[in-house]
Amino acid sequence: MSKVNELFNQDLKVINMGLKSFADELKEQGVSVIHTDWRPPAGGNTKMINLLNKLKSKTK
Amino acid sequence: MVSKCLIKANSYYDSVTLMIITKEVEAVTGVENAVVVMGTEHNKELLDNVGLLNDETSSATPNDLVIAVKLVDDGVFEDIVKKVEELLNKRKTDGDEDYCPRTIEGSIKNMPDSNLVIISIPGEYAGVEAKKALMNDKNVLLFSDNVSIEQEKELKELAVKRGLLMMGPDCGTACINNIPLAFANVVKKGNIGIVGASGTGTQEIMVQIDRFLGGVSQVIGTGGRDLKAEIGGLMMIQAIEALSVDEATEVIVLVSKPPAYEVAEKVLQALKKCGKKAVVDFIGGDEELIKKYGFIPATTLEDAAYKAVKLCNNSVEKVNKLECPEFDKPIEEIETLAKSEALKLSNKQKYLRGLFSGGTLCDETLKLFSKNVGDIYSNIPLSPEFKLTNKEKGNNNCAIDLGDDEYTVGRPHPMIDSYGRQQMILKQAEDEEVAILILDIVLGYGSNEDPAGSLVEQIKQAKKVFKARGQYLCVVAGICGTKGDPQVYDEQLSKLNEAGVIAMPSNAQAVRFAIRVLKEVL
Repeated sequence: MSKVNELFNQDLKVINMGLKSFADELKEQGVSVIHTDWRPPAGGNTKMINLLNKLKSKTK
Repeated sequence: MVSKCLIKANSYYDSVTLMIITKEVEAVTGVENAVVVMGTEHNKELLDNVGLLNDETSSATPNDLVIAVKLVDDGVFEDIVKKVEELLNKRKTDGDEDYCPRTIEGSIKNMPDSNLVIISIPGEYAGVEAKKALMNDKNVLLFSDNVSIEQEKELKELAVKRGLLMMGPDCGTACINNIPLAFANVVKKGNIGIVGASGTGTQEIMVQIDRFLGGVSQVIGTGGRDLKAEIGGLMMIQAIEALSVDEATEVIVLVSKPPAYEVAEKVLQALKKCGKKAVVDFIGGDEELIKKYGFIPATTLEDAAYKAVKLCNNSVEKVNKLECPEFDKPIEEIETLAKSEALKLSNKQKYLRGLFSGGTLCDETLKLFSKNVGDIYSNIPLSPEFKLTNKEKGNNNCAIDLGDDEYTVGRPHPMIDSYGRQQMILKQAEDEEVAILILDIVLGYGSNEDPAGSLVEQIKQAKKVFKARGQYLCVVAGICGTKGDPQVYDEQLSKLNEAGVIAMPSNAQAVRFAIRVLKEVL
């Protein structure tokens, strides 16, 4: 079974990142959700973020 | 006029929170203009455009909160800073006590069996986070826009390789396992699967299915660019393949703006291989191609829903001969009402003005109007010569997508906040040639908690202005919602009726009614 079809047969368990209202509304509907209090890493410097991600993947 | 600013370092807040706070600050007496944003490069351009970029605001980072105002009276700045602090603290304390990790890695660690990640952070960072989600075998709903098409292709190819959903970027609507996600409606469970490359198009189809007593199995959004040649329908095809083996799905509906021809063929071939009955709405696109593959084309979003529900219990041959009724009410009643509205208009009044929060609903209006009446202008015109010439107020017959980028710079989307639409309604009252106003009222999760209520004051005011001139403003609204939606459909309908609005249960019916009124005076 593909992972999409597995999803169709599971309870939704959601990670939300960004607008908190999306998580709040899911909670209101009884959905299991965790909200990520995200902020731009590396002071928001996208070049630095890409470098950090490359480093992370190399150290795995 | 005095410009003032304050930078709060390392104080990150999401875009909707900041836009709501901007609106509160602008309402303070003595404030000419206010911008409350994070210090991203994009927002610095915004500050520069309104003359609020200086050395201090330039030095802000994306993690810093920038409060920049133009004041008639510089004495109010301290009050403004205090008000912003109060509002930000209120947002913090209104939140619950649940632990919120700071990174997607932290969230995955805390919820290892998570199966869906919803991302609505600024576009320049969103692609990276979406990739992390996919690499951790999570399906993704990417609400963010401003993600490059190259990144979208990379993400979708990765999702296809890993057998996952990559809904978006710019995906506003989905409903998985009957749970509305982002901007979506509460719809009965059933056997119709929808795959949509259009947010309000998908919403209108799902609510109409519910209204015709059908139900949905899954509603999968793909984002608006999925059927462009560069992406090639990757996610629409992925979704079709998933629905083909989903036992709960018996009928499939596809909706998008007209795709590139070769992409349309690819998608229809995948649908053919799937073996299930289907309705395809390429919103004004090539109907013959759809028929060639043995599927049923739709003439409107409501018609797509009507035919999908009929297909559940009837053959393709039978449904091909059906057409969705023009109106719910008997035609004699509609004609009497249209004539009575038209009689109240003065000789000068001849124009229709559409003010929309949903882009696809605006697009459907343009197509119905131009087919049945004639030329219509828009900021999303059917052809370049009908580009709106007066974007502040509208001109001639026009329908405006107020959710388009040019109307939402530094402002929440009109589906969330009605301020922009309120002002536009009042501007129509200044024009003696306006006869009819048409609005979409979109309910569901994600939307304004009271879409109808947030507009009735301005509608009543506009009607008063027309009356004082010896004229009449006809206002028609299409409600995109269900009885299950949190805004309470019947209360929304009551509010519209009480304000003298003629409320119709679909966008197509609202447009058709407005056209009937207009034709009486032309």
